[in-house]
Amino acid sequence: MTEITKDIVAEHGLTEGEYDEVLKILGRTPNLTELGIFSVMWSEHCSYKSSKKWLKTLPTEAPWVICGPGENAGVIDIGDGQAAIFKMESHNHPSFIEPYQGAATGVGGIMRDVFTMGARPIANMNALRFGRPDHPKTGHLVSGVVAGIAGYGNCMGVPTVGGETNFHSSYDGNILVNAMTVGLAEADNIFYSAAAGVGNPVVYVGSKTGRDGIHGATMASAEFDDDSDEKRPTVQVGDPFTEKLLLEACLELMATDAIVAIQDMGAAGLTSSSFEMADKGGVGIELNLDLVPMREDGMTPYEIMLSESQERMLMVLKPGREEEARKIFEKWELDFSVIGKVTDTGRMVLTMKGEVAADLPVAPLADAAPEYDRPWTKTKAPAVIKGEDVAAPNDLGAALLTLMGSSEIASRRWIWEQYDHMVMGDTIQRPGGDAAVVRIHGTQKALAITTDCTPRYCYADPETGGAQAVAEAWRNITATGGQPLAITDCMNFGNPERPEIMGKFVGCIEGMRRACTALDFPVISGNVSLYNETNGTGIYPTPAIGGVGLLHDYAKMTTLAFKSEGDVVILIGELTGEMGQSLYLKEIEGREEGAPPRVDLEKERKHGDYLRDMIQKGLVTAAHDISDGGLGVALAEMAIAGNIGADITLETPLPPHAALFAEDQGCYVFTVKPEDVEMARGFALAEDIPLHIIGTIGHTDLKIDGCLTISVSRLKDVHTRWLPELMSRPGSE
Amino acid sequence: MKAAVIVFPGSNCDRDLKVALTQSMGREPTMVWHGDSELPDTDLIAIPGGFSYGDYLRSGAMAANSPIMREVVKKAQGGTPVLAICNGFQVATETGMLPGALLRNARQKFVCRDVDLLITAENERFVGGFEPGEVVRFPVAHHDGNFYADEDKLNELEAEGQIAFKYATVSGDLTDEANPNGSLNNIAGIYNKAGNVLGLMPHPERLISKELGGTDGKRFFDHLVNSIG
Repeated sequence: MTEITKDIVAEHGLTEGEYDEVLKILGRTPNLTELGIFSVMWSEHCSYKSSKKWLKTLPTEAPWVICGPGENAGVIDIGDGQAAIFKMESHNHPSFIEPYQGAATGVGGIMRDVFTMGARPIANMNALRFGRPDHPKTGHLVSGVVAGIAGYGNCMGVPTVGGETNFHSSYDGNILVNAMTVGLAEADNIFYSAAAGVGNPVVYVGSKTGRDGIHGATMASAEFDDDSDEKRPTVQVGDPFTEKLLLEACLELMATDAIVAIQDMGAAGLTSSSFEMADKGGVGIELNLDLVPMREDGMTPYEIMLSESQERMLMVLKPGREEEARKIFEKWELDFSVIGKVTDTGRMVLTMKGEVAADLPVAPLADAAPEYDRPWTKTKAPAVIKGEDVAAPNDLGAALLTLMGSSEIASRRWIWEQYDHMVMGDTIQRPGGDAAVVRIHGTQKALAITTDCTPRYCYADPETGGAQAVAEAWRNITATGGQPLAITDCMNFGNPERPEIMGKFVGCIEGMRRACTALDFPVISGNVSLYNETNGTGIYPTPAIGGVGLLHDYAKMTTLAFKSEGDVVILIGELTGEMGQSLYLKEIEGREEGAPPRVDLEKERKHGDYLRDMIQKGLVTAAHDISDGGLGVALAEMAIAGNIGADITLETPLPPHAALFAEDQGCYVFTVKPEDVEMARGFALAEDIPLHIIGTIGHTDLKIDGCLTISVSRLKDVHTRWLPELMSRPGSE
Repeated sequence: MKAAVIVFPGSNCDRDLKVALTQSMGREPTMVWHGDSELPDTDLIAIPGGFSYGDYLRSGAMAANSPIMREVVKKAQGGTPVLAICNGFQVATETGMLPGALLRNARQKFVCRDVDLLITAENERFVGGFEPGEVVRFPVAHHDGNFYADEDKLNELEAEGQIAFKYATVSGDLTDEANPNGSLNNIAGIYNKAGNVLGLMPHPERLISKELGGTDGKRFFDHLVNSIG
């Protein structure tokens, strides 16, 4: 038997203090299998030990929330006995090491989280962050990640309907791959993970267990260094075909009442699934590891328990229902094995070849995971940069073209054309708009889905950045006419043991808390990914937000495309012209400085509620929020999408470049028929909403009086060219 | 009219096809599991898109050897109309019901977008609802849609009027830019010699209502259902 030395403890990522706690809980020295189990259960990835204290402050409740954080995914009520189930999760470290498989298994994992709860996945989204465009690895990583997401989602037959992508040097050594799945279930047939019923069979289904992905959760909880490429064997390999079969088999079994509890085997595989099920149910579990379907000979209990082989599930069935369940899984040609039973001991007892391989108390291990109150420092508030303090460009038109063809704004078509975004036949707003919209099959309802975060804002001022990410998700749903209902979050940060990084985390959470509260937009699920650092350089703080909203009648949905000549263009909100952290500053002046735009949550809510109300009254022909690149970019995007120009006149005391390119929050551009202008004005007056009539749609140019005139085709050309050109460079495959 | 949709493990456009057929027929098609050895009495057999058997080995290759496909081939030889879409087209070429092969896209990537298609041959049953030379819009979504046949076969397909659809610009020009996958002669869909089997890479079932972005697919199915009766 392997002797547990200090070195072995350290290799398992446990601190001395944590190991002392292990000894205290057990009253003896653990064996290697037990140590391995402690190490993954207490890894940052599984235990949330640095983040728990702060996550608890987020609002998680609303009358429409059926299940908040803590289960495989969150659940909201969308009426008519239906529920939407969703979550976003990171797969950052594996995707950097092996982009195709890392991204693919990230998608597979998040879909499993959703169908484990009884939902059929109906849409996938993602939030991707890559290094600077000219970094030698960027092209290769983009290519691999996108192909991996496509390879998995397309084969599953679940549409990938959109997402967001940023490029920034802070991700040069640590890309972010966050995948989100939204599923649809019957509200009275949702499946949870708490094991129950002493003597009930514990069943393993899906793929066989191999040696892949051992210690993935521990890897995801450590910084990278120059040798990280050697960690490739810890990346799992995905098999979407098997997952498609697993999905159909699980849903078929879920239509019966044979299942007591079910949990997918994700990070930390059989260990975390069995402990979570036992812990949530307050019971014990006995497993005979000889009965685990295995792909390779000679696997040890340590390897079986820590394998992260994909496409596997653990279930507790009602007694006597094993054969019925077995038939379903055999029909779908999947492994099915009763590997143990529920006990009343409160212990996890693992046997193999007649010997006890591990005997651990469940509750202390799962609940008494370390929880840290890490020291943190507040980020110093940067100075506001007024428009007057930024030099005017020589040519406003050239500035707009530069922005349209810049890495942050250029069209993502090259990416989303690789995703099957139409399968299932319900995608009614395709990628490229503010939010994707997917019908609830066979009803008039639809879900609006978006992912959002502006990391440069979060870096400069975490509180504002955290609030802005939530507000932008809310705004993007609103712009389609949807009622925002809830979010999932994917908190991607650097090393929490550094007080300035921990301070960014604390600040972002506080901003999110304020925005979620003010906008009635609770957090129902999420994931934390820390230690996103290479050689001591951390990523920009990136709290990616996945938002979901409901349209009661999709016939009233709006898109951002300008529709017809003569429609009147209206701006909601006041422009401040503050330009800190704007893309204008970055792309035109080459500096990333200043305070991000203010987020006034009261105005945010008023302006959004007004627009949604106008949309639901059927008065709005197009709508788009102002975000990256400001009003100028928003107008250009609407013109490109509609393939029609506009005549715009801005009456403002601000310098033109500030009016056009400041990224003011809580603002929208929308259009109405000329005959509806007075009505729009009337409703705005009653609600005290600032409205500005700024022009009309028509012709083939975007003309902004006294500023610029550019043909829509030129804008479109610049906008669409950037990414394909980047990806056609040598070495991008 | 009665229709049957073949379902393989890994099919994923079977429901979409069912929805489109139901909309046009006013009744649901029968879903037939790949392991079944008998087909129900049917006026149309439809083979849907997806990734049958994960498309491992080669797209459509394993599905072509499933028990139900022997029956499908027999019925096709007997004259039953067969509509094979996307992965279904791949399966149909693998069984020999249709000539040629569908190779990896020329740009090596999966491609999902609306494409414009020139109707290049007359076939009353399948495209009689459109004008000859009309351009219609269906989406494509595939990784292996690059149609290949040797030169003699290609000439024969052209001469015999077996080419159903070609990728085109909206005004009907057969350009390289309009071709999403590198298919020879911009071929998007073909008939067998008898004209009762149609295989095509684009998905007419995906554009069957205004909300989805177009109705050319609905026109296609409406006519097909009418002509079969």
